[in-house]
Amino acid sequence: MIAIIDYNAGNITSVARAIHNIGQDFVITDDTKMLDSASHVIFPGVGAAGEAMVYLRQKKLDIWLKACLLSGKPLMGICLGTQIILDNSEENKTNCIGLVAGSTKRFPEHLAVTGQVLKIPHMGWNRVTFRRNHPVFKDIDPAAEFYFVHSYYPSPSDEIAILGTTEYGIIFCSVLAVKNLVAMQFHPEKSGRPGLQILKNFCAWRGNDF
Amino acid sequence: MISKRIIPCLDVRDGKLTKGIKFKDNVDIGDPVEAAREYYEQGADEIVFYDITASSDKRDIMIDVVRRVAETIFIPFSVGGGIRNLEDMRNVILAGAEKVSFNSAAVREPAILTEGARAFGSQCVVLGMDVKKVAFSKQTPSGYEIVIEGGRIHTGLDALWWAQEAQRLGAGEICLNSIDADGMQDGYEINLTSLISENVHIPVIASGGAGKPEHLAAVLTEGKADAALIASMVHYRTYTISQIKHYLCGQNIQTRMLW
Repeated sequence: MIAIIDYNAGNITSVARAIHNIGQDFVITDDTKMLDSASHVIFPGVGAAGEAMVYLRQKKLDIWLKACLLSGKPLMGICLGTQIILDNSEENKTNCIGLVAGSTKRFPEHLAVTGQVLKIPHMGWNRVTFRRNHPVFKDIDPAAEFYFVHSYYPSPSDEIAILGTTEYGIIFCSVLAVKNLVAMQFHPEKSGRPGLQILKNFCAWRGNDF
Repeated sequence: MISKRIIPCLDVRDGKLTKGIKFKDNVDIGDPVEAAREYYEQGADEIVFYDITASSDKRDIMIDVVRRVAETIFIPFSVGGGIRNLEDMRNVILAGAEKVSFNSAAVREPAILTEGARAFGSQCVVLGMDVKKVAFSKQTPSGYEIVIEGGRIHTGLDALWWAQEAQRLGAGEICLNSIDADGMQDGYEINLTSLISENVHIPVIASGGAGKPEHLAAVLTEGKADAALIASMVHYRTYTISQIKHYLCGQNIQTRMLW
């Protein structure tokens, strides 16, 4: 059973629909007992860091997530769920969960490439350059593109946590991987076939890196 | 780098697909869920649904369409038309749409943009602008005016002013439709598109006038659009989205080529 953490952060039903589409059972929950009994946990999210953290602390989900990283259970962060696993976020100057050392930063103003000003949010399809192989990204074509929509990006302090990067005026970390955690800035549930493949790979993953 | 998005627009009335020419003489041409699936398979980067259902008691039909689309395709899609308040927005988002676009409602009650952004994030809030070319005047210094109700009502609002105001209020994207070019298949309004796109910092989707792949190439380069909306040229099967993308690729315009 795949658990999707419900923390009042936007449209998580699209993640559930994608999980259903790849033939997996799921539960949407904020109950730590239910999360304990799941084989895999997805931490999704669209919304703002500040409000998300208030709700997570109320439900003690921040503590649960820290324990989850130690337990070895496969854990996936998506979008806001990736940004707030770091120590802090520039969005509303928020202290976050701290599963991974580092911070979440805002794209600089006035990004430009060859004269064309880049819009913020970074909204649309973009590529990921992977630094190493990872079971969750097995069989993903290097030319595949993924759907992004964000104004902030994760910036882990330890380089080794960076699995993939994306270029948008700057080169930023778009995929993080630490032990049984894999976290991405883009939305696999909205990234067509390659996105569904990532979710499929995740559901088959045992939480080990190699 | 980010790819330019190609977005088919599906006009829906009473749960059925239609495509109007200049907003008149709409003809049913199919099932929106099937059309969405076909465009998803052809490589659409996003899909826009525009609900032109007249009577409000038939709104639930649209919610059902949204739900079925969300179960069928795994790319973002938005819904516009007839969304007047936060409650309408919530229903559409919970049914599975990524974004909601406000057009007339935002003109009548601009606060809806702020409320929508606060509730769901500005990435969920699209400002739909129907624009008509007018004489330069004190009231419309850009030479473009916002019209509503499918072009029947002139608002007196300057298009550039309104784009910037909507951005300030919370819109995360603009879908910019030229009423003059809409349905003519004679090319996008390039001047209007670059004017708006260069003066806001949120993405702009160009709409109205697409008839052949060259039109998309022009609006995505000269017009500085971040995305291009298409309708008739794919609805009537003159082109597939894949053909359009291959053409753009040949013009060195980056689009998503793997799906």
